[in-house]
Amino acid sequence: MSALLEVKDLSVYYGVIQALKGISFHVDKGEVVALIGANGAGKTTTLHTLSGLIDADKGDILYKGENLTKIPNHKIVSLGMAQVPEGRRVFAEMTVLQNLKMGAYTRKDKAEINETLEMIYKRFPRLEERKTQLAGTLSGGEQQMLAMGRALMSHPDIILMDEPSMGLSPIFVNEIFKIIQDVNKDGVTVLLVEQNAKKALSIANRAYVLETGSIVKEGPASELLNDESIKKAYLGE
Amino acid sequence: MSSFLTYLISGLSLGSIYAIIALGYTMVYGIAKMLNFAHGDFIMVGCYIIFTVSGALSGNSIVGILVAIVLCTLLGITTEFVAYRPLRGAASPLAVLITAIGVSYFLENLALLIFGADIKSFTSVIKWEGLTFAGGDLRIQGVTIVTIAISVIVLIVLQLFIKKTRQGQAMLAVAEDKGAAALMGINVNKTIMLTFAIGSALAAIAGALLCSAYPSLSPYTGAMPGIKAFVAAVLGGIGSIPGAMIGGLVLGIVEILSKTYISSQLSDAIVFGILVVVLLVKPTGILGKKIQEKV
Repeated sequence: MSALLEVKDLSVYYGVIQALKGISFHVDKGEVVALIGANGAGKTTTLHTLSGLIDADKGDILYKGENLTKIPNHKIVSLGMAQVPEGRRVFAEMTVLQNLKMGAYTRKDKAEINETLEMIYKRFPRLEERKTQLAGTLSGGEQQMLAMGRALMSHPDIILMDEPSMGLSPIFVNEIFKIIQDVNKDGVTVLLVEQNAKKALSIANRAYVLETGSIVKEGPASELLNDESIKKAYLGE
Repeated sequence: MSSFLTYLISGLSLGSIYAIIALGYTMVYGIAKMLNFAHGDFIMVGCYIIFTVSGALSGNSIVGILVAIVLCTLLGITTEFVAYRPLRGAASPLAVLITAIGVSYFLENLALLIFGADIKSFTSVIKWEGLTFAGGDLRIQGVTIVTIAISVIVLIVLQLFIKKTRQGQAMLAVAEDKGAAALMGINVNKTIMLTFAIGSALAAIAGALLCSAYPSLSPYTGAMPGIKAFVAAVLGGIGSIPGAMIGGLVLGIVEILSKTYISSQLSDAIVFGILVVVLLVKPTGILGKKIQEKV
């Protein structure tokens, strides 16, 4: 299996502070890969750099034969990489439907866009019920669904998810993780960043553990779930 | 009674000019999150362009206005690119604010250098005499009618553009969250540039109307209307397009009526007094959005 996404020796600085210290990892087509770690480990920085919101200072991000570090951020979505950002970041002053249409901003074919919209309504019936409502009036869980639906509207090959379970009730957390699995079954590769390591490892194929800007451990998710040091540090056992 | 109506209409007319200027202010603020204090001077530049081109073409003001719109648009885009874009993401939002004041002085002094300090007499671009009502008691000048009509058209076109077009929706997205907009594949820099282009084109139109109604042109012509339009934008709720329109109209009417019935010297004090009161009572303005807490 060839890597869909390959990150090589990636470094990012915020001023003098080095947030990412030359990390390397890869995501194969069809996988769910989890990136776990504590607050401030560099998980969100990694995803922001992949989507071009932050510039890499060193290293390469290879995706479908392109080096994303050399591509302006607004061109990355049309290459098939979408992100569900941390804290949802839906457009609160726009309706649910307008938010979803923003997700398809780079797509031109109206019929295809509507087809995707129907699929998303099928996956998230609640979004269809609330399509004329302002996104800011939705509950946290609904906003998370909207952020996921919005990302899926671009018809991505890989979806980057940043802390999808943050601030949600346990019922919603289960629902969101179920949806991530369903999306993956439909052929979308997933790179999942989570503080809820147990949940993330339970649905991932492989995982990387990030600590203060470096990858300290990697392996099949099932192995990491049983790793003593991981259990102690991240699973609270 | 008919004299009150005359003053009210002349207030509406001045208010419409403020509204068009305020629309430019408020769009740039809403989307780029910066106050372009040089916006008023774009008006002055527009007036000088119309003055020069119309003069050279022996009074053909339509060509003058078109040239002014094109050149002001280019001026807005260039200013954004050269002076403001490099400061986007600067540690302090003051950096770009002070730069805008610098651009304002630069344009005023450039005009001083090219055209001199003497006041030029501007020929109205609207030749229409206007309408007379009530057997000659109430006369509305052509420039007044055209000004009010244009401001309404501008408002409607802008609202339709933002609500109905892909670019307009992209502007709303950028206004709310630049990072999330980029994740949608929106070119944030291009969107902000388009906003400046529209705002500056509006400044040229406002300039043509302003100097037609008040035909004296100097390098400082745009400064005061610029500041008053800013007050109008804050009054209506900065960032809100209908707010800019309402704020502009209210301000124009208050200015003319206070000039007429209270004191022409105090009218500016009253106008700026309104700003102070609004900031104290309802800082978000008439139609301003509440500042939302992140959920």
